[in-house]
Amino acid sequence: MTGRRNAVGDYLTQLLAVADAEVAKLIHDPWDLVSRAVQPILWLLLFGQVMAHVRGIAAGDGSYIDFLAPGVLAQSVLFVAIFYGLSAIWERDLGVLHRYLVSPAPRSALVLGKALASGARGASQGLVIYACSALMGVKLSLAPANMVGVIALILLASALFSTFSLVIACIVKTRERFMGVGQFLTMPIFFASNAIYPLAMMPDWLKAIARANPLSYEVDALRSLMLASGHSQFGVGTDFAVLVGCVGVLVIVATRMYPRLTE
Amino acid sequence: MTEPPEAEPSANGPLVVEADSVTRTFGPVVALAGVSLNVRRGEVFALIGPNGAGKSTLMKILTTMQPMTSGTARVAGFDVARQAQDVRRRIGYVPQLLSADGDLTGFENMMLSARLYLIPAEQRRRMIHEALERMGLHDAAGRLVRTYSGGMARRLEIAQSTLHRPDVLFMDEPTVGLDPDGRKAVWANVAALQRETGAAVIFSTHYMDEAEGVCDRLAVIARGRLAAVGAPAELRARIGAGATLDDVFTTLTEEVPA
Repeated sequence: MTGRRNAVGDYLTQLLAVADAEVAKLIHDPWDLVSRAVQPILWLLLFGQVMAHVRGIAAGDGSYIDFLAPGVLAQSVLFVAIFYGLSAIWERDLGVLHRYLVSPAPRSALVLGKALASGARGASQGLVIYACSALMGVKLSLAPANMVGVIALILLASALFSTFSLVIACIVKTRERFMGVGQFLTMPIFFASNAIYPLAMMPDWLKAIARANPLSYEVDALRSLMLASGHSQFGVGTDFAVLVGCVGVLVIVATRMYPRLTE
Repeated sequence: MTEPPEAEPSANGPLVVEADSVTRTFGPVVALAGVSLNVRRGEVFALIGPNGAGKSTLMKILTTMQPMTSGTARVAGFDVARQAQDVRRRIGYVPQLLSADGDLTGFENMMLSARLYLIPAEQRRRMIHEALERMGLHDAAGRLVRTYSGGMARRLEIAQSTLHRPDVLFMDEPTVGLDPDGRKAVWANVAALQRETGAAVIFSTHYMDEAEGVCDRLAVIARGRLAAVGAPAELRARIGAGATLDDVFTTLTEEVPA
């Protein structure tokens, strides 16, 4: 670590500083992680068990639980990430945001640092869902390449939805409004997707929405990589391309809007 | 080593703040109406004025946190609008709200700042421990900041804001809500840092006694304009024999046309 510093190293130092601070908070108070793990378990255990007996759902080769597990993982990543906008507003109200914004760190490093922290939370959800799914007899693929792919998907989806949430926060600016808008957005993102039922079951108008919904691409890739007998409908390459593209656009937008949160 | 600053500490030090006709409007509301102001290296400068006078707005503009509507300002030699990142590298800012993260320990808050300000990895721990020691926070370094008293949190923030040895330290009402001991400790620490680094310190306050005891010069700001700038004794003399700074404040803020 001697000699002149380089720009990429500096950028990563600042990005990781933000992410590390978030992870340190989780370590100090893991209660949030524990309570958030309850919801996906309930979906798999209650919703999954009942829906498995509904004959009408064409869940592909495996059982409905197999079909549902990747959807529930995508859902919990979404629900964790969508909370980041609220936490940005909270940090603004407390004054913590000022400390970030007055520092020389590039705004995009701040945004990506928060996105990475959201990914760390998402990954912890992933662990719980893998364990729970395995206990329920879901035929998971544990091939290293697939696991790496799943982690990459969790990080991408976390970045996507946490940054989206940040953009919303910069528009609405207050906690009260965010709570309303957040609920209003999360439900359609989840239900207008292939997370809990296949696209083929949807009426055409809903299918069109679901196909424009990045969550569908995340779930599609997760089905292919998470399950032993999984396959993708759109192609895993397409799925990743859509997610990377969305993250890129959202990071650019959020980077421009984030500083305005303090005005 | 140079002497500690006297009443006119560095009459020929370089200018670290040069504000020229800084104006900020929010729709029809004029928050700042053409404020011009110079501060030199090594100076302790107070901004005094009633609530809503424009102190915080001026400070947010000078720290690149808010754009100005018209005018220009240079801080530490860089233009706040066009070279914001260069400015941010060279300033420290203690905002009015408590900006240390209550869910992190004192040490973790310091480490966050050290990395955001790109202090070299091999120096971070040593510098953080020295800074915490100086602020009397060493024993509390491993505690979550939400268990700190107001004064401790403020001292931590000052340590966070000065770890990178800024040219200018901005503090927006740094002693609001602190008890007298807390206030005293904050000013003792700021004075020590200031002597050591030669940085300029610019702070806003409602407390006249505080400004008088600490600053080299002060600006009285009312309704978005500078009513007067000068050394405390100078401003008192302008109002008349025996005038206190409170008299100066009252007289000057009433003189400014709405």
